[in-house]
Amino acid sequence: MIEVIRCGALTTIQDLGRHGLRHLGVSQSGALDPIAMQQANLLLGNAHDAAVLEISVGPLVLRFEQDCAIAMSGSSFAASHSTPDAVTETQLLPGHVAIIRSGETLTLSKPLVPGARCYLAFAGGIDVPVVMGSCSTDLNAGFGGLQGRALQAGDRLPTGPAAQRQLETGKGIRPLAPSHILRALQGPDYESFTTDSQILFWSQPWRISHQSNRMGLRLNGTALQLEEPLELPSAGVLPGDVQVPPDGLPIVLSNDAQTIGGYPRIASVINADLWQLAHVPPGTSVYFVPVSLEEAIAARARQERYLRRLNELSQRSVACTSI
Amino acid sequence: MTPNIDSRAALVATPRVSRLAEDTLLFLFTAPGDNTPPLPLQRRLWAVTEELESRREEMGLLEIVPGMGNLLLRLTASDVQRLQAHIDALTASVLNLWSTLATTLSPALITADQTGQTITIPVTYGGEAGPDLQTVSAHTGLSAEAIIARHSAGLYRVFCLGFLPGFAYLGGLDPALAIPRRATPRLSIPAGSVAIGGSQTAVYPSTTPGGWHIIGRTDVTLFDPARQRPALLLPGDTVRFVATGRTA
Repeated sequence: MIEVIRCGALTTIQDLGRHGLRHLGVSQSGALDPIAMQQANLLLGNAHDAAVLEISVGPLVLRFEQDCAIAMSGSSFAASHSTPDAVTETQLLPGHVAIIRSGETLTLSKPLVPGARCYLAFAGGIDVPVVMGSCSTDLNAGFGGLQGRALQAGDRLPTGPAAQRQLETGKGIRPLAPSHILRALQGPDYESFTTDSQILFWSQPWRISHQSNRMGLRLNGTALQLEEPLELPSAGVLPGDVQVPPDGLPIVLSNDAQTIGGYPRIASVINADLWQLAHVPPGTSVYFVPVSLEEAIAARARQERYLRRLNELSQRSVACTSI
Repeated sequence: MTPNIDSRAALVATPRVSRLAEDTLLFLFTAPGDNTPPLPLQRRLWAVTEELESRREEMGLLEIVPGMGNLLLRLTASDVQRLQAHIDALTASVLNLWSTLATTLSPALITADQTGQTITIPVTYGGEAGPDLQTVSAHTGLSAEAIIARHSAGLYRVFCLGFLPGFAYLGGLDPALAIPRRATPRLSIPAGSVAIGGSQTAVYPSTTPGGWHIIGRTDVTLFDPARQRPALLLPGDTVRFVATGRTA
């Protein structure tokens, strides 16, 4: 068991999310950066889709009641673990395995980039019930994870059986660095926007608003305009869709977005770039860059190759002797 | 509704197909600007959906999401190299399926309409359970009793689900009960609230912020992830509200 001593807002348990349930109104949920989540798991020899913690606000303080290997990926936190007498304090290196001993305390104090997401995996994964095919927390519907809510002080996290192997000591997996450039395809309503707005969409930096969350990134900039008012039927939407409500300021839908919407869609962020949505906190900016369908497919194929290589690396990892 | 009227209405629209992400298609079966599909068209959509559901794995479909006169399909894209060929084949199958269902005499279409269940939802109208009943009364010029009578007299069709798990988009609200959404949305609409927003009515499966007018509440659980059938209401179902009392 791992006890939560202190915890910032919106630390949640996530895996790869729920799929194939949108027709029931069930959102995807899941880690906003599935690449970082899988990196952290593979470092520990976990199943690639084991449940991890997604953290964006510190400090997070955990006390371990057993020896446990952990790994941090995504956007880093200043982090360290210390012995019960607080005499020895060891800094935590992102993208590397660390062994936390029973009785030790792990502290993720300050995010390197405030608001960006960090992923913390535990050997064996966080062992919470699978609800509709996933351990992910659905904050809006209130199920999954720990009782469908964010972590609180006093919570206890059970872990599953740890693999008997992990990446060779000293070796790591570098977390990906976001470029803040989101490659996108034209959306179904692209032609309904004025030519000026189409140009503006691709050319101006879009500042991430403080009203952004796991449902979507709200963008600030020069508002976009339609050629004429457009009333659309309610239709299925997906993470990555860029909707433009009547105020003209786009919203990039994210993992917790609802399943059906009715605002005009100017673009869709390609799948291979969706992980970046985890790392563009309020106050930073993003650009949209148009790509062809072929480029979108090629980028996705590259990303899948990368994940396959990581998996192979994890398979080749050495027997774990340190625990 | 007779089969003849059904098939005429169903033949009006020509589908439009849009690409969303590299692995996702949106089929729009209503004409541009037509946002409330006639029941025959939606019925045809349910038949297409049902057929695709039965072939979900064979066709490599990850998501099959019917909307109001439209359908979103997302592929699992297990073989990225063949994604484009897969998308082309899917487009052709769906358009073909849509046109073969052009007549209500199609067995699939008749089945799709008959699979729907009739679900009765007991509602306590007004008072604490329905704090906006008076507002609806003031707007529509109807007494609270008349609103309750009209709302519970209706037979509603579930067109699709979305917004929240188990949230049903219902067709069939008495036009006399329509009321624009609240200028300021409530921070919290309790689970089980029965509400009216614009020309639609709905039951809230879980607590959420929202701008609809709450006229009553039910104790029925609309969505339970642990249940065999997690969503109580499914597309094609018929819903009936029954007044169980009025608290004020």
